[in-house]
Amino acid sequence: MANNFSKPARPLEPERRAVVIGASSGIGAALVEALASQGYQVAAVARRAPQLTALCEGINQTAGMPGHAAAYTHDVTEFEKVPELFQQIVRDLGGLELIAYVAGLQHDVAVDEFAFAKDAAMIRTNLLGAIAWLNQAAIRFQRAGSGQIIGISSIAGDRGRVASPVYNTSKAGLNSYLEALRNRLTRHGVTVTTIKPGFVDTVLLEHAPKTFWVISPADAARQILKAAQRKRQVAYVPARWGLVGMIIRHIPSFIFRRLSI
Amino acid sequence: MKSNDRVTTSKADSSAAVSQVSPSILPANNLELVESWGRASQGISHVYRPTTVDGLKDLFQLARETGSHVGLRGGGNSYGDAAMNDEHILIDLRRMNRILAWDPKSGVVTMEPGVTLAQLWQYTLEDGWWPPVVTGTMATTIGGCAGLNVHGKNAWQVGPIGDHITSFELLLASGELISCDRGNNSDLFHAAIGGFGVLGCFTSVTMQMKPVYSGLLEVQTESRANLAEMFSYFEENLESSDYIVGWIDAFASGTSLGRGDVHKANYLPQGADPYPNQTMRLDYQHLPDTILGLVPKSIIWMFMRPFMNNLGTRMVNTAKYNAGRLGGPKVGRQPHAAFHFLLDYVPNWKQAYGRGGLIQYQPFIPKENAQDAFADILKLCQQRGLPNYLTVFKRHRPDDFLMTHGMDGYSMAMDFRITDRNRSRVVSLTQELDEIVLAAKGRFYFAKDSTLHRETTELYLGQDATEKFRALKKQYDPDNLLQSNLWRRLFS
Repeated sequence: MANNFSKPARPLEPERRAVVIGASSGIGAALVEALASQGYQVAAVARRAPQLTALCEGINQTAGMPGHAAAYTHDVTEFEKVPELFQQIVRDLGGLELIAYVAGLQHDVAVDEFAFAKDAAMIRTNLLGAIAWLNQAAIRFQRAGSGQIIGISSIAGDRGRVASPVYNTSKAGLNSYLEALRNRLTRHGVTVTTIKPGFVDTVLLEHAPKTFWVISPADAARQILKAAQRKRQVAYVPARWGLVGMIIRHIPSFIFRRLSI
Repeated sequence: MKSNDRVTTSKADSSAAVSQVSPSILPANNLELVESWGRASQGISHVYRPTTVDGLKDLFQLARETGSHVGLRGGGNSYGDAAMNDEHILIDLRRMNRILAWDPKSGVVTMEPGVTLAQLWQYTLEDGWWPPVVTGTMATTIGGCAGLNVHGKNAWQVGPIGDHITSFELLLASGELISCDRGNNSDLFHAAIGGFGVLGCFTSVTMQMKPVYSGLLEVQTESRANLAEMFSYFEENLESSDYIVGWIDAFASGTSLGRGDVHKANYLPQGADPYPNQTMRLDYQHLPDTILGLVPKSIIWMFMRPFMNNLGTRMVNTAKYNAGRLGGPKVGRQPHAAFHFLLDYVPNWKQAYGRGGLIQYQPFIPKENAQDAFADILKLCQQRGLPNYLTVFKRHRPDDFLMTHGMDGYSMAMDFRITDRNRSRVVSLTQELDEIVLAAKGRFYFAKDSTLHRETTELYLGQDATEKFRALKKQYDPDNLLQSNLWRRLFS
C-alpha cells in the first residue's frame, strides 16, 4: 500500500492519473497495464492482494514505467471505507483524471434457483460498489470541471433473462446510474462512458457455456480506452456486439419470454 | 470543534506513512478547482475561508485530525504554484480582512492578512498616505505580499515590502501565536517575510506607510532604442527618480535588441499640487470602466486574443514602440492608481492568452552582469522561437531577508504564453535560461516561479540560506503541516 507516486507536481508538466477498481485480473488488470503504458500513473484497487501486487510490480519493472502503478487492497463491498481510501488515493496520486470501475461478480445461478445470498452479493459488488466509488469521483470531477468516468457494465444489462435475473438487474441498474451521472456531469465537462463488453476471456466466462467472438482482456482494454478517449457515451466491446445488443433489445417480450438465452 | 482545543501531534506523525489510521476525512463539499494566477496549472484543494484567528486554529487542528497539509493563499496572484496545495487543505485568507489599527498621524497601519492593497490605499490615501511598496495589481493581499516579500517599481529606492513591515504576529503550526519584529524573534522575522507561507500564517501585519502630498505622480515616458540605452537611462535616473520601470519589445533583434519604453515617476513635493485634497480623493483615483467612454473594459481581452501569437504581438510591440518614439518624450501627471496598477487596467487580460494560460520567468541579475546576461536571454528566447510577449524591466537593491530575491541589480520579468504545443519547449528553454542566470550569479522569485528545480533553487539561494531555512522550518513546523506545491517542488 506504499505510495509509489512521490513526484511533486510541476506546474508545466501535468501528470495523468487514473484509478482502476477491480484491477487484480481480467479487464481491470489489462486496463491498469494499458493506462500505465499510455503514461498514466495508476492506482490499482482490488480485493486479492497477491495478484494485485504482482501486477503492479510487473508494471513498475517495465522499462520506462517505474512508479507508474501502486496497489491498494480493498473489498468493494466495504462501502463505508470508500471515501477515506478514495481521498488517500487521490492524495498519493496528486490528482485524478480518470476512474474505471471494473469490479464485477457473476454467480452461477440455475434457471429455477432463487438464491438471495448470491443475488445480494452481485448487487453489492456490481452496483452498490460502483455507486460508492463513482459518487466520490463525480463530486470531484464536477468541481474540477473535467474528468473521465468509465463504468464496465455488460451486454447482459440490456434485458432481463431467464439465465441470470439479478446479474442482469445489477448491470441494468449500473447502466441507469451511469446514464444519470452522464446527464448530471456532461454540463460540467466530465465524460461518462458505459462499456458493454461481450465475451472477454476472463473468469466470468467460466459460467457462460456458449461463447463466441471472444477477445483477450488486453484487446478489450485497448478498445475501452479508445471509446473513452473518443468520449463515447455507450460502447460495445468489440463493436459488433452493438448489433447483437440492438437485436436483443428489440425482440418483443412475447417471443423473448419463450427463449432461453 | 472548539477553538481552544489542545493541538496534539500524535496523529500527524502517522499521516506520512499510513493515512488509513486517521479517524476522519475532509468533506468533499469544500473541493474547489484552484489555478495558478497565470492559469497554466490547475489543481483541486479543500478550500476553507476562515474569518478569525480562532477559525484559522480550528483549521490547523482539522488538518492534524485528517492527516492533511495546510497551504495558504491570499489574492491568488502568484504566477506559479506558491499559493496552491493540491489535494490538501488550502486556506483562502481573504475573509480575514480587517484593518485593525490606523494612525493617520504616524502612518502606521496594522492589518489582518487578507487585507488587499486596494483596501489599504483606499483606506489611507485621503489621510495623505500611500503604501510604500505596491505590486502591479491591487488585488494582492498583505499576507501574500509579506509571504513573498514583493517589490514595486521603486525597489532600488525602498527595497521590498518587508523593509517597511515593522512587526507581525504569526500563527505557528502548533497553534501558538508568536510576535516578531527586528528585535524579537529576529530570525523568524527575516525568514517568514519571503518564506512563502510555510513557517506560519501571518495573523496581523504592521507596516509604516509613505506620506504623499498629492494624488498625482509626475510621470515621464520615453523610448529607448536598445538594451544599452535602457541600462544607461536607469543608471542616469536612479538618483532623481522615485519609480522607474522599463518595457522591452522582446521581438526586436540585432542593434535594436532590448529596445522599449521607460516610465519614470516622482512624488510631488509638498505644495506642488494646487488641489491635493481633490487629487487624493478616491473618486479621483478611480480606474475608468470604459475606454474612450464607450467600450467596456471587461470585454477588451477578447479583442487582444487574436494578437496573442508571435506575429500579432510582434506587430503590436512594433506599433507601440514606434508610437512612443515618434511622439517623443511625454511628461504629465497621473493618479497613483493609474500609474501603479497597470495589470488592473484591462480586466481579465490573462484570458487573452487562451486556455493554456501564461507563466512568468523573472530572473534578478547583479548590475555588473545584467546587460550581458539579459542580452543573452533575449537572444536565446528568440532563437528558440519563444519570444516573450510582455517584458518588464526593473532595478533592485539588496535586503536582509533570508529567502530574498533582492540584490544590487536588475530584473527582467518575461511572460510566456503556454500552449499544449509549446509547453515542453518552454520547459527546456527555462532550463537553458537558468544556466545563464546562475552563471551571472542571479536569483529568482517565488511569486513568479513555475519552472525551477530543487537543485537550481539551492544553487541560487546558497547552501547556508537553504539550510538555515530548513532548520527554522523544522523548529517552527516539525510535522511539516504547512506546505504548498511550491514547497514540495523546490524543498521537499
